[in-house]
Amino acid sequence: MKKFFAVLLAVCLTFAMAACTKTPAPDENKPGQDSADKDFKIGIILLHNDTVGYDKNFIDAIDAAVKELGLSQSQVIYKKDVPEDAKCYDACVELAEEGCDVIFADSFSHEAHVLKAAKEYPDIQFLHATGQNAQIENLPNFHNAFAKIYEARYLAGVTAGLQLNKMIADGVITAEQAKIGYVGAWPFAEVISGYTSFFLGARSICPSATMEVTYTSSWADYALEKEAANKLINDGCVLISEHADTNGSPEACEEAMKNGKLAYHVGYNIDFTNVAPTANLVSSKINWTPYFVYAFGNIMKGEKVDTDWCGGFAEGSTLLIGYNNANVTEEMKADINAVEEKIKAGEIKVFDTSTFTVTAVANDSAKTDADGHLTEYMADAVADEAFTPDTQVVNNGEFQESTVRSAPYFNIIIDGVTAENPS
Amino acid sequence: MKVKHTGKEPLIRLSKRTDISIFQAIAVRAAAILIALLLCSLIVMAITGGNTGFFQVYADMFKGSFGSSRRIMMFLRDISALLCLGLALAPAFRMKFWNIGAEGQAIIGALAAVTVIKKMPFLPPAAMLAVMLCASVIAGAVWGIIPAIFKAKYNTNETLFTLMMNYVAMQLVRCCVILWERQPGSNDVGILPAGNFPKLFGVDYGINILVVAVLTVVAYIYLKYSKQGYEIAVVGESVNTAKYTGINVKKVIIRTMAISGAICGIAGFLLIAGTHHTINTGIVGGEGFTAIIVAWLAKLNPFYMLLTSFLVVFLNRGTAQIASACGLNSYASNIIIGVVLFFIIGCEFFIQYKLFLRHPRKKEGV
Repeated sequence: MKKFFAVLLAVCLTFAMAACTKTPAPDENKPGQDSADKDFKIGIILLHNDTVGYDKNFIDAIDAAVKELGLSQSQVIYKKDVPEDAKCYDACVELAEEGCDVIFADSFSHEAHVLKAAKEYPDIQFLHATGQNAQIENLPNFHNAFAKIYEARYLAGVTAGLQLNKMIADGVITAEQAKIGYVGAWPFAEVISGYTSFFLGARSICPSATMEVTYTSSWADYALEKEAANKLINDGCVLISEHADTNGSPEACEEAMKNGKLAYHVGYNIDFTNVAPTANLVSSKINWTPYFVYAFGNIMKGEKVDTDWCGGFAEGSTLLIGYNNANVTEEMKADINAVEEKIKAGEIKVFDTSTFTVTAVANDSAKTDADGHLTEYMADAVADEAFTPDTQVVNNGEFQESTVRSAPYFNIIIDGVTAENPS
Repeated sequence: MKVKHTGKEPLIRLSKRTDISIFQAIAVRAAAILIALLLCSLIVMAITGGNTGFFQVYADMFKGSFGSSRRIMMFLRDISALLCLGLALAPAFRMKFWNIGAEGQAIIGALAAVTVIKKMPFLPPAAMLAVMLCASVIAGAVWGIIPAIFKAKYNTNETLFTLMMNYVAMQLVRCCVILWERQPGSNDVGILPAGNFPKLFGVDYGINILVVAVLTVVAYIYLKYSKQGYEIAVVGESVNTAKYTGINVKKVIIRTMAISGAICGIAGFLLIAGTHHTINTGIVGGEGFTAIIVAWLAKLNPFYMLLTSFLVVFLNRGTAQIASACGLNSYASNIIIGVVLFFIIGCEFFIQYKLFLRHPRKKEGV
């Protein structure tokens, strides 16, 4: 026993000495920086971690923004795998006590807990992605942000439509077989708005396209997403897109393609070219870098940050990434770019009410003309406790998405889309 | 099979220890924790590529629980939550009834409390808390009694039964969240407007801590000095002895599981009223399973459980802080917690058994 303790003590001392002689890491800060910037601290709260696409997208954006603003990585403190309960509030308090000037949280249901902390720490700026309550609360230190992702989804849909047309032209499928499958997380406005814009993009190119939606009832569940994609492929879908956070659906498509089935894949937020080299076409993505550069930059300068910020093509907030050259030809890319220019110029409106019809709407305020085109729709755009429809959002022949608030509120299942209730 | 005698002593021999003194036992445990902590620092240094100082790891670990007065309150709050579930498991485990369902019993308790908030918003604050507590206790007890009845009547396997009841409770919560969510598809009920504890003497989470402190003492007295506590011990030791002495075994099983479930229900109530003020399927966060380790490490003694839950929560908060400080995620925290628990549980082996290594000088030439 004595001998054992002697050895243990010796080992301890060795490490202690090694620790004492360790030289501090060289300071990464640029010499030109003033001290205020050097003291600037950013706290980041993530629902998951680097292994989940949704959160990785934010981590990449933070890295890029920090670089662009000339800050050092050591000025960012992460709290990863923070659930949507009191632990989120705890994380805010801990980051506040560690001297953060700005605290960001990335998940929808973090909002109430972040808001609670924001009221307690008026000197710290709180940013929250995908939330809806900043305009209602109207606190000087609590801000929401989102992006007009429906624009990029529409472009991704155009890519899908081009691929469907190619398959029809090649005689691989008939026009009636141009069926799209969509793996959605929840029947939530953000998801519905996303798949509707995707579908409208696809149908603008391939008029015979239809779409089947399956919900996984989880934002990130690899097994469920894979299972949902396989179900859709078995139901005859020849192209799958998704709004969920893992590699489940692209991997299902890749396996199906290798087994001789048709299952092209359009992703979200992550470049899946390596995951699904034969199935992947392209991904739409929210790039959060412009928002972080804007928000962190303004806070550093002591300037105001928008209560509810929404970026689009112009800001570089939404884009297509990861064209798979094995499937997407140069001609297709040229067509996609042409559509992008038209959206930017306002010539194409994504939710142009003349391009879709509605038969069943879960909202009494919706009015349609004789053909089923939407003429009036009251959206619950201003969040309140009762969630009553409050704002007319159909104007000038267009459903005005993400104008009243940044978070999407298009929640109508349009004709041509079949969405089953979540299990 | 015949063992071939080589004439050599085996490399390692074991013998059961009977004479270990309490100081030796403490020394072995302390050594285990020391080695584990040493290894933790090395692991973190290895993962971060040497960017973290050796002692920095311990500083962060300490900071996780004791870095500020608010962190200390969170630390005590987390201990009380885990300890409450450990206390709930103790009577069942003493009876050798393997209740793996503390998670579900706490979840259903939490769900009952939220149901009261949702369905009886007219109640004044104090009455609401009282009704919530009653609802949670009943719900937890029912969730405990169901497998107990089946065990008592039909001798079903309680491990599987209580385990499955966890998932039934979770799916009920999932269903209710969809009914109560603030926006269709958002899966979010938000922060509940009523049914929150007031501060106790100006301290956050004061009521959580007080309730569990009282429960600890009560549980100790119940298990050690009450007639029912003795009956539990007898049933646990030998069902036949219990029958012979006239103990109604079925009644003891059902009663004990009602108590076990009821305390889990209280834990669920405390989580809603004192901590989270919201509900989702992960509201108990796996603590119902962690409590099994807490209870067993403490040999089912409520006061030792205070120590073991302290240790587990200290590790949880400490490793979370290490992960945050070193830019890691919860996988790294889980590795560290796993290593420490491995050593702590493993050292019990060395307290039970003595190792004899073959003496090197006796080794013969090959």
